[in-house]
Amino acid sequence: MTVKRIALHGLLIALAFVLGYLENTLAVPLWIPGIKLGLANVVVLAALYLLGNGSALAVSVIRVLLSGITFGSLTMALYSLAGCSLSFLTMALLKKSGRFGMPGVSIAGGVAHNLGQIAVAALVLENAAIMYYLPFLLISGSVAGAAIGTAGAEVVKRGERIWKTSEDEE
Amino acid sequence: MTKWKKNDALLLLAVIAAALMIWGVSALGRREGGYAVVTVDGEEWGRYPLSRPAEIEIATAYGVNSLVIADGKAGVTDADCPDRLCVSQKDIRYEGETIVCLPHKLIVRIEGGTPGELDGVAD
Repeated sequence: MTVKRIALHGLLIALAFVLGYLENTLAVPLWIPGIKLGLANVVVLAALYLLGNGSALAVSVIRVLLSGITFGSLTMALYSLAGCSLSFLTMALLKKSGRFGMPGVSIAGGVAHNLGQIAVAALVLENAAIMYYLPFLLISGSVAGAAIGTAGAEVVKRGERIWKTSEDEE
Repeated sequence: MTKWKKNDALLLLAVIAAALMIWGVSALGRREGGYAVVTVDGEEWGRYPLSRPAEIEIATAYGVNSLVIADGKAGVTDADCPDRLCVSQKDIRYEGETIVCLPHKLIVRIEGGTPGELDGVAD
């Protein structure tokens, strides 16, 4: 792993961390818990397309752990971890299939993220009643995923140029 | 690679259609509930008929939530949890609807049954 690659990972993790923090701070609380845009996923998506599976997983997991340690509780980190792992797995598989563009990959990731969170919530609360939220979480996950995927595509289009040039310089 | 593909749009539509279908099915089958059942950490904490207005303070090892029952609906009006998402959730009245307070491991769930019959001393 080159120094440049390590530095880029640090940069991406910091970016994802700040985006996640901004979203938590600025977000308007909705009456349905757990519905948010998932801004940090723009960075995970960009890492997935620019740097590959391992890098995207690292960015995603390290960000969640960092946020958990800094702002949240262990329980909250657990929810996020379940969500982001499932989301990452789904996105990596869908990307590999080659049948979807970035928006599709991101939509599936958003839905998987919400499914992972609601599954953990049902387990922690020992109650399946929370599944009542499923339709809301499906819609919010897919719409947010579509928005994030479209944004991520723009980031990759621009980032590819910068990343490629920086690699040439080595 | 990065642009919208036909499959992406189809996926979005399929997920939304599935969500609407689940929603539709559960809305068709919904009935007015009889009780608000409070569960803390998986254990039943209390059960209150929706027909009788009441203010209940749910004080547990995790914290305090205020449950108010009025007009056949139940809602959490106050809580000392950090996010207070339970307070911002809408009032519930139909069977199966829930209000959740994750930090306090608290669930308020509407269950069926007619309080008048079940509570009666006569039978």
